[in-house]
Amino acid sequence: MSTVVAPESAAPRVEATERLSGELATIGMVWERELIRFSRTRTRILSGFVQPILFLFVLGWGLTPLVGSTAGFDFKKFVFPGIVAMSVASTAMFSAMSIVWDREFGFLREMLVAPVRRWALVVGKISGGATIAAVQGTIMLVLAPLIGVKLTPLVVVEVIGLELLMAISLTAFGTFTASRTQRMEGFQVVMQLLLLPMLFLSGAMFPLSGLPVWLTFLTRINPLTYAVAPLRQVIFSVQEIPPAAAARFSAQVTLFGHTLSVWTEIGIVIAFAVCFFVLAVRGLSRRQ
Amino acid sequence: MGPQPSTVTGVPKRLPVPTGRDVPRFDGAPAVEVAGLEKRFGDLLAVDDVSFEVHAGEVFAFLGPNGAGKSTTINILCTLAFPTAGTARVAGYDVERDPDRVRRSIGLVFQEQTLDDQLTAEENLRFHAVMYRVPRREREARIGRVLELVALSDRRHDLVSTFSGGMARRLEIARGMLHTPAVLFLDEPTIGLDPQTRALMWEDVLTLRREEHVTVFLTTHYMDEAEVADRIAIIDHGRIVALDTPTRLKAILGVDTVDLQTADDARSLAALTAAGYRAERVEEGVRVFTENGEEQVARLVQLVGAAVGTVHVHRPTLDDVFLHFTGREIRDQGGEMRPAMARAWGRRR
Repeated sequence: MSTVVAPESAAPRVEATERLSGELATIGMVWERELIRFSRTRTRILSGFVQPILFLFVLGWGLTPLVGSTAGFDFKKFVFPGIVAMSVASTAMFSAMSIVWDREFGFLREMLVAPVRRWALVVGKISGGATIAAVQGTIMLVLAPLIGVKLTPLVVVEVIGLELLMAISLTAFGTFTASRTQRMEGFQVVMQLLLLPMLFLSGAMFPLSGLPVWLTFLTRINPLTYAVAPLRQVIFSVQEIPPAAAARFSAQVTLFGHTLSVWTEIGIVIAFAVCFFVLAVRGLSRRQ
Repeated sequence: MGPQPSTVTGVPKRLPVPTGRDVPRFDGAPAVEVAGLEKRFGDLLAVDDVSFEVHAGEVFAFLGPNGAGKSTTINILCTLAFPTAGTARVAGYDVERDPDRVRRSIGLVFQEQTLDDQLTAEENLRFHAVMYRVPRREREARIGRVLELVALSDRRHDLVSTFSGGMARRLEIARGMLHTPAVLFLDEPTIGLDPQTRALMWEDVLTLRREEHVTVFLTTHYMDEAEVADRIAIIDHGRIVALDTPTRLKAILGVDTVDLQTADDARSLAALTAAGYRAERVEEGVRVFTENGEEQVARLVQLVGAAVGTVHVHRPTLDDVFLHFTGREIRDQGGEMRPAMARAWGRRR
C-alpha cells in the first residue's frame, strides 16, 4: 500500500501548482480586460479627471479666502490630499460598476461558467479597478506644485501604495454591492447614496478635530476616514507646517481620545477590504 | 443506435442536411448520460425523471416549448444548477462531483449573448482561452482555427460592438469550440436570427462536428432545426415524451399519405385495393396509405388507369409528431421573454 501512496501524494501537489498558475493567469486576464475596457472609454477617463479638478477649484480656490491661512499654511494644501483620495475612491467604486454592466450584457455569465475559482475572478476584478483608480489618483499629483504642496520620490511611492490599498478596499466594497445588484439603475442609486456621504464624511474636506459629537460619530464609523487620513499624513510629513497650522489643519484621527497611528489606520482599511472581498466572492458563488 | 441520416424530404432547402459522410460512427462511451434526473423548484417539477444518453459525435436535439424543462436540464448538464435527484455525467464526469472537469469538457452557447462588445473578437477569444487553460503555445493557432471555422478570420481585430447579431452568435460558437470541448451545448442558438443567418449557423455547427468531432447538444423549439439532429428528444412538462431519429419519430405517426384526384374515384379505389394498397375515398378523391409515398407515385398513377388530376404526398412532419405526443402545437414563443430571462440568468437563485 505504501508504494502506491507516494505517487498519489505527489499528483495532487502537481495539480495544485497547475491550478494556482491557472488561477494567476485568470487574475491577469481579468485585470487586463479591465484595463483594455478602461482605455477604450474616453468619457470615463475624462470624467475621472474633471470631477476632482472641479472639487479642487471649488474647495481650494473657492474656500481658501473664507477659511484663511494659519502661519502661511492654507486650506488648499489641506484639502489637496483629500481631493486625491476622492479621485481614487470614486474611480474605484465606479469601476466595480462593470460587474453590473457585465451582468446586463451577459459577459458575467461567460466568466461564471468558466472552470475557474470565483475568488480569482474577484481578485482580477478588484486589482483591475484598483490599478485604474490608483493611476487616476497618482496623475492628480501633477497638480501638487500648483497648490504649493511639496513631494519627494519616497512620498510619491508611499502615496501610490496607500492609493492602491484604498482602491482595493473600495473596489471590494463596490464589487460586493454589484454582486447583489441586478440592475444598473439600482447600483447607481446605491452608489449615490453611499459614495457621496462617505466622501463628504471622510475628512477629505475638513479636519476631523473639534467637530460636533454627531459628526464625530459619523466620520469615525466611516471606513473611508481611515483611508484618507494616512494619505494626508504621508503628504504632510514632508511639508513645512508650523505648529499652529498643524493644530488647526489636523491630519490625525482620534478615536476615544487616542490618536491613531498610520499603521492602525492601515490595519482598519485592510480589515474592511478583507471583509468585503469575502462577501463579494460569496455574492458571486451561488449555484442553483 | 446506428447512424441514421435524416431524409431529405420534409427538411426545408435552406437548412443543411447531414449526409452519410458527415455522420460519424457512434461508438465508445456516451458523451452525456442522464439517469432519473429531477429538478424541483418548490412545488414546480421542472425536470421530471428524465433519462437519456447522447452518443459521442452525435447531434442531439432537445425539442419542446418554452418552460418544458429544456434550459433547466441543460443548466444541470453545464453544472450551473444542481439536480434534486438523479445523476448526470458529461464526457464521463459527474456534474455534481466534478464540475470543473465537466466545464472544461464542454463548450457553451447561451440564449443571450455573452460577449464583451468592447473587446475585439480576438480579445474575447483570448480571454476564453485563458479561462479554459488552453496552453499558451496552442492559443494563437487555436484562435486562428476557430475563427476560420466560422469564417470570421477577417474580423479578428474588430470590436464585437461592430458585429451583426449573426456574426456575434457565430463568434460565440467559435469561442465555445476554442478549448476543443467534447460536447458543445447550444441553448436555443438561433433565437432572434434571420433565416439566412440561421442556415449559415447550422453550416458552421455541422462543419464543427465533421472537422472537430464534437458532440452537439442543442435545445430548440424550431421543428426544422430539430430535423438537422441525428436524434431528437421531445420534452414537455419536464418529461421526455419521445426520443428517436427524426425519421423514426415521423414513422411513429405512420406512413405517408398520397391523395389522388382521379376522373373516376370509385374505379381507382377498387384498382388500388385490388393491388393490395390500403386506400379510402376522401372528399376530393382517393387517399392511399403507403410507405415511401413519393417513390410510389408513378406506380399508383399507373394502377389507377383513369386520368389523374392532382397528386399530393404528405409525409408526417415533426410538427405532427409534437402534436401527437403533447396534444399541442409548438408555438413560436421565442422573443418576448428574452430581456427578463437574460437578467434572471445572471443571478441563478
